[in-house]
Amino acid sequence: MVGTAGGIVLLCIIFVAVLAPWVAPYSPDIQFPNGLADDGSPLAPCRQFPLGTDLLGRDLLSRLIYGARTSLLIGIIANGVSVAVGAALGIVAGYVRGRIGGAIMRFTDLMMAFPALLLAIALAAIFQPSLWIVAMVIAMVNWVQIARVIYTETTALAESEFILAVRGLGAGNARILFRHLLPHLLPTILVWSTLGIATTVLLEATLSFLGVGVRPPTPSWGNIIFENESYLTSAPWLVIGPGVAIIALALSCNLLGDSLRDALDPRARER
Amino acid sequence: MPWTPGRANVEHAKLTPRYIARRLLQAALTLVGVVAITFALLFLVPADPAREIAGKAASPTEVAQIRHQLGLDRPLPIQFAEYLGRLAVGNLGRSYIERTDVTTLVMSRLPATLELLAGAILCELAIGLPAGILAAARRGRMADRMVMAVSFLGVSTPQFIMALVLLHVFAAWLGWFPIGGYGGIRYLALPALTLGLLGGGWYGRMMRSGMVDVLRQDYIRTARAKGVPEWRVVLVHALRNALLPILAMIGLDIGTFMGGAVVVESVYGWPGIGQLAWEAIQQIDIPIIMAVTLLAAVGIVLANLLVDVLAPFIDPRIRLR
Repeated sequence: MVGTAGGIVLLCIIFVAVLAPWVAPYSPDIQFPNGLADDGSPLAPCRQFPLGTDLLGRDLLSRLIYGARTSLLIGIIANGVSVAVGAALGIVAGYVRGRIGGAIMRFTDLMMAFPALLLAIALAAIFQPSLWIVAMVIAMVNWVQIARVIYTETTALAESEFILAVRGLGAGNARILFRHLLPHLLPTILVWSTLGIATTVLLEATLSFLGVGVRPPTPSWGNIIFENESYLTSAPWLVIGPGVAIIALALSCNLLGDSLRDALDPRARER
Repeated sequence: MPWTPGRANVEHAKLTPRYIARRLLQAALTLVGVVAITFALLFLVPADPAREIAGKAASPTEVAQIRHQLGLDRPLPIQFAEYLGRLAVGNLGRSYIERTDVTTLVMSRLPATLELLAGAILCELAIGLPAGILAAARRGRMADRMVMAVSFLGVSTPQFIMALVLLHVFAAWLGWFPIGGYGGIRYLALPALTLGLLGGGWYGRMMRSGMVDVLRQDYIRTARAKGVPEWRVVLVHALRNALLPILAMIGLDIGTFMGGAVVVESVYGWPGIGQLAWEAIQQIDIPIIMAVTLLAAVGIVLANLLVDVLAPFIDPRIRLR
C-alpha cells in the first residue's frame, strides 16, 4: 500500500514535470518588479505567489515545477546509464566468469573502496558542469552496487539446471543471455532502477547545493536552496519548498522500489 | 570465495600469519588501484592547474614556467611513478595554492574529522541499533511500522537539508547549540547528529533484517522453549549473532562518511578534512584532493581489514570453520 502511494506521488511529479509550461503559473525566469519587498528581501507566500518569491523576485512555485524537470531528467539519464553499465558488467562477469569476469569484479571491488561522493564533487567542480556532465559523473560513481547484485544473481542462475538444459539443447551464448538469463534478471534490474532514482536525485541535489551541480539560472531543487541559503532564517520557505520536493521524490522512489522488491521476491516478503 | 573489500570476509577468517600477510598485500594493491584511478581522473580533466595559479593576466611563458615548476610538463606515467615514490616515504606533495606541505596540512585537519567520525558513528549506532532491535522484536506491529517509516525518511533525506534544518531549529532559533565552528561537545553535537540521524536509518534497517533472520533460527526456539525470558532471548542470544553484518557495515560506512563530511563540515564550518577538500576542490588544488581521496580510501581499507580480524571474536562460528 505504501508502495502504491509512492507510485502515485512519483507519477504526479512526472506529470507536473512533463506539463510544466501549462501547470506553472509563470515562467521560471521572470523577475517580477513587485516580486521583492521594499527592502529587497523575498516575498512570503501570498495570493499572487503561492510559495513566495526567491532572492531575485522570481516565483518559487514556477521554479520548483521547472526544477522537477531537471531532477527527473538527471535521475533518468544518470540512473539509466549506471543501470545499463552495472547490469551489463554484472551479467558478463557472472556468465563468463574466468579471467574477464574476475577482472571486472576486482574493478568493482576497487570502486567499493572509493570515496564516491568525494570524487563526484571533485569531478563536478573541475568540469564546470552542464546537466549532462552532472548526469555522467553521477552514473560513474553509481553503477557499482547494481553490478555486484546482478553478478551474484547471474552466477546463481548460470549454474541452474534449466540453463544447463538449454545449453544441452544447443542454444548459443547470445540466445542463453538474452532469451533465458535476462528475463530472470529483469525484476532485479527494475527494482534497482527505481531505488537508483532516489540515490541519483539525492546526489544531484547535493552537488547542486554545493554549487557544482546544475548551474543557475536553470532551476534545480538543489540549486534553488544553494542560491537562497543566506535567506534561511528570514525566508525559510525558500528552503522548505525545494527541500520537501527533494525528499518527496526520493521517498516515493524508495517506497516504490522496496514494494516492488517485496512483490517480486517472495523471500524478501517474509522479513 | 573472492575477496571483497565491502564485506567481512568470513570464509577466510582464520588468523594465520599467512592469511594476515595476504590480506595486507590485497589492501596495499587496492590502495595503489585507488591512487591510479584518482590520478588518471584528475589529470585527464580539462582544467589546467598552472593556468589557475598563474591567473588570467599571465603570459603563456609564465604559465609554462609554473607548469614546469609543478612537474606537470612531464609524461603522465613518469608523474605517476614519482607520485607513488613520494607516497612510499609519506610525502603527499605540496599544495598548488597554499604552497605548503600537504602532509602537514592534512594532519592538522585530521583530528577534527576523526572527532566528527566518532561522534557520527556513535549517534548512528545509538539510534539505529535500538530502533532495529525494537522493530525486529515487535515485527509487523505499530512500533515496527514507525521505525521503518522513520528509517525510510532518513534514507530519502539529503545530508545538507538535515544539516540546514538542525542548524536553523536548534542553533539559530532555539539557541541550544552554537551556529557553527569548532570546540567541545556542544559544537560537535549538531554535525554528528546530522550524519547520525540519517545513517541511523540504514543501521536500523540492517539491524532489523539481521535480527529477524536470527530470531527465526532453531536455537532461538530452543531458548524460548527452555523458558528464557523474551528480553534475554533478543538482547543476549540473538543480538550477538546479528551484530556481525553491522560491524561489516561500519567499515563500508567510512566511504560514505567522507562524502558526508564535505557537506556537513562546509555547512557547519567544521575545520576538518572535508572542509579542506571542499576548499581544494574549488581551487583545483589537485595534491590536496588526491591526499584526501587517498586518506579516505586508506580509512575504508583499514576498517575492512579490522572487521575481518575482529569477526572471529564476535562470531565464534567463524573460528570453528
